[in-house]
Parts: sequence; C-alpha cells; structure tokens
Amino acid sequence: MLAVDVEKQLGALKLGVRFDAARGATALFGPSGAGKTSVVNMIAGLLTPDRGSIAIDDTVLFDAARSINVPPHRRRIGYVFQEGRLFPHLSVRQNLDYGRRMSGRPREASEFERIVALLDIGHLLDRRPRMLSGGERQRVAVGRALLMGPRLLLLDEPLASLDAAHKREILPYLVRLRDDAGIPMVYVSHTAAEVRRIATTVVRLDGGRVVATGGLELLKDADIDGLD
Amino acid sequence: MLDLTPAEWTAVELSLRIAVVATACALPFGLAVGWLLARKKFWGKTILDGLVFLPLVMPPVVTGYLLLIWFGRKAPIGAFLDSHFGIVFSFRWTGAALACGIMGFPLMVRPIRLALEAIDRKLEDAAATLGANRPRVFLTVTLPLALPGIIAGVVLCFARALGEFGATITFVSNIPGETQTISALIYTLTQVPGGDAAAGRLVLIAIVLAFAALLASEWLARRASIRFHGE
Repeated sequence: MLAVDVEKQLGALKLGVRFDAARGATALFGPSGAGKTSVVNMIAGLLTPDRGSIAIDDTVLFDAARSINVPPHRRRIGYVFQEGRLFPHLSVRQNLDYGRRMSGRPREASEFERIVALLDIGHLLDRRPRMLSGGERQRVAVGRALLMGPRLLLLDEPLASLDAAHKREILPYLVRLRDDAGIPMVYVSHTAAEVRRIATTVVRLDGGRVVATGGLELLKDADIDGLD
Repeated sequence: MLDLTPAEWTAVELSLRIAVVATACALPFGLAVGWLLARKKFWGKTILDGLVFLPLVMPPVVTGYLLLIWFGRKAPIGAFLDSHFGIVFSFRWTGAALACGIMGFPLMVRPIRLALEAIDRKLEDAAATLGANRPRVFLTVTLPLALPGIIAGVVLCFARALGEFGATITFVSNIPGETQTISALIYTLTQVPGGDAAAGRLVLIAIVLAFAALLASEWLARRASIRFHGE
C-alpha cells in the first residue's frame, strides 16, 4: 500500500496532500493546477516535499523528520508521463529495455513478450519514437515503465495529449493492465469519463488539498465530457 | 602531384599530430566546462565563462606570452610539471599542443554548452525513474543527445589548432621538426627569397586539410542526427 502525507509550498499554492492507495487504480482527480502532477513527482522522487512522508508498504521512500529521501533511481516506481518522454535516440526495443539494463537485471524473454503482447506493440520494436503515432508512443511508454519491474505505477494524464480516437484506443489497454498486472496504479486525470473507466478509488484534489476520498460516486457531480 | 620536401612533410605531420593531441586533450575539459556552464549555478560562473573565452578575444601573442611565463621550464607551473611528472612544454611539440588546445578551447566549449542546454531535462528525469543513476543518465541520455554539438566543438577546436600561429610561435618558437607547423613553415618561407613555390604547396595542403575537416564534420553530424533523431 502506498501512503502519502506531504506538504510543499509551490509558488502561491500551498500543497498539503494525504491519502493511501491500495491495490487497483487510485485516481488523483481534480482541475488543472490542483497539484496532481506535483504529488506524483514527489512519489517518484523528482520533487522533494518540504514536510511529510511517503512509503510503500514497509519501505520508507521519504521522511522529512528522519531525513530519508530515496533518490528516484532507487525507488523502483514506474512513471508514465503525459508526453511519453521516450528517448529519441533509442529504438522502441531499446526504450523498453532501458529500465532492465539500468537495474542490471537479467533479460526475461517471457516477461518482455507478455508485455509487448499486452500492449500490442510487437510490430513497432525496431522503429524510432518519432515514427510513432501519439497512441503508439503512450503504449510504448507504459510498456517501458512496466518492464522495469515497478512496485507502483504512476500515470500522469497519459491520454491528455491524444485525440478522442487515440484515447479510445489506449483505454482498454490500461484497464487490462489494472486487472492483469497486479501492480498498484496512481492515475492522474482531470477528465471524469477517463477516471470512471480506470479507477477503483478516487482522491479528489482541489487547490492543493484533498477534498474527498472514496469510490466512483465522487465523480457524479463532476463534468462529463464525451469520451465514451 | 605535390612534391613535398622532407621538411615540408615533417611540418604537415607535426601539424596534424599537434592538432589531434590538442583536441583530444581538450575534449574532457571541454565537456566538463560546457556541462558546468550549461547546468550549474555557482559563484564565479561569469568569471569562468569569461576566462574560457579570453583566448578567443585576446591577441594570440598575449596568450602565447602568458604560457611562456607560466609554463616555461623555469616558470612556476612549468617547473612543477617538469620535476613531478616529467612533462615539459617549452620549445617542445607538446607545448605547441598546449597552446593550440587553449586557443581552440572556447570554440569547443560553446557548441557543447549550447547542445547541453538544448537537451530536454525531462528525459533525464524519465531515465532516473527507470533506475539510472546520475553517471548513467549522463552516459546513456545526455551525452548521446548532445553528440551533434560535441562533434561541432571537436571539429572547430581541431581546425583552430591546425591553423594556430601566434600563440604557438610565441610560446614554443619555430623549431623545424619540433614546433614548426604548416603555418610556421609558411611564415618562414615568406621570409626567405625563393620560398614562394614551397609556400604555395603548403597553402594548398592547408586548404585541403581545412576542407577535409569540414566535410568530415558535416558527415559525422548528419550520421549522428540520423542515428539519434531519425532523420
């Protein structure tokens, strides 16, 4: 289980967020500027909170009081960024393999095959990222994060840069991932329809604060946009 | 074809050796300084920036003279290097390489710095989340993405080193077989009667070398661009 309790002053925004995320997909849901991306950056270790703590099960990743701050490369947290951030100088295959290479784990062909099949990216392996469509790029980004063997997967608006058709294309893969991979997910979005498809738990953020935590019923009063 | 005398061949070979050694030795420093200037904020950054570019704006003779009074055999740094490491610069080809490396340094640092500044730092963050520590991020992401800029810096430094005259002749003089490069030999030939034909041959060689360096850099840069950016 992921336990987050962090505070940070970000310009005018005073971020103070506390939530737990168990198995399944936890959505950080809220309007732009609510501090969602900052929270996942803190979980990944790319942003340091002023106060508080972050832990996964018994592993403390950050604790201001005890001066613990595990650097990002040792957190083993998969991160799918909004813009994919695939390495432009590497092929799709090398991108997928990057996390394994950096951690020095042995190559597991079956694991590679399984994730490539899950995301349906087998025909893209020898291409460069710039030759991919937006949807393909995000699928590769998801595969790259999965293949590092993460204990938690962060997805920061992974569909935001895609058009409606590509969103519909990639959503089923993410649902499959949630049900098959067994890795807890934190899913950032400001789109209610997207969250409804993916999330099992919803944490609503606004103005740097958690305003509600619960199930999908929290989305009832949220604006519906045409995703389905 | 060109019918070079042994003395002229020696000058050509010496020029190439000096330029290669100068560029190779300058590269690690060029990367380090380019990285510091592109990525770090520290006290004295403006001073470092200025110092690096000084050889570009100062008269080369001044650079050569400063090298002479610091790196000469009896000068403080020169004497230290001689007694502790056996490295002697004064009136040796190594001194010419030092002068050429320093003269080419600003031309090397600038494209490297610009290339490092242009890299999307978010890619480095992504590499960190995938388990790469800082040195590995640098080797697997930063360096490959900066490669076109590094190539440009290397070629500019090499070209400058190949043509350097003022600082070299001031620091290590014009000794045939030791410090007499193409430029220095052309200068010598213009000072003696009947040296025109020989000077002409060397001028031709200098043009060919410069052109070859330019073509090589274009080719390398295009290859790097294809490899790393897919077009």
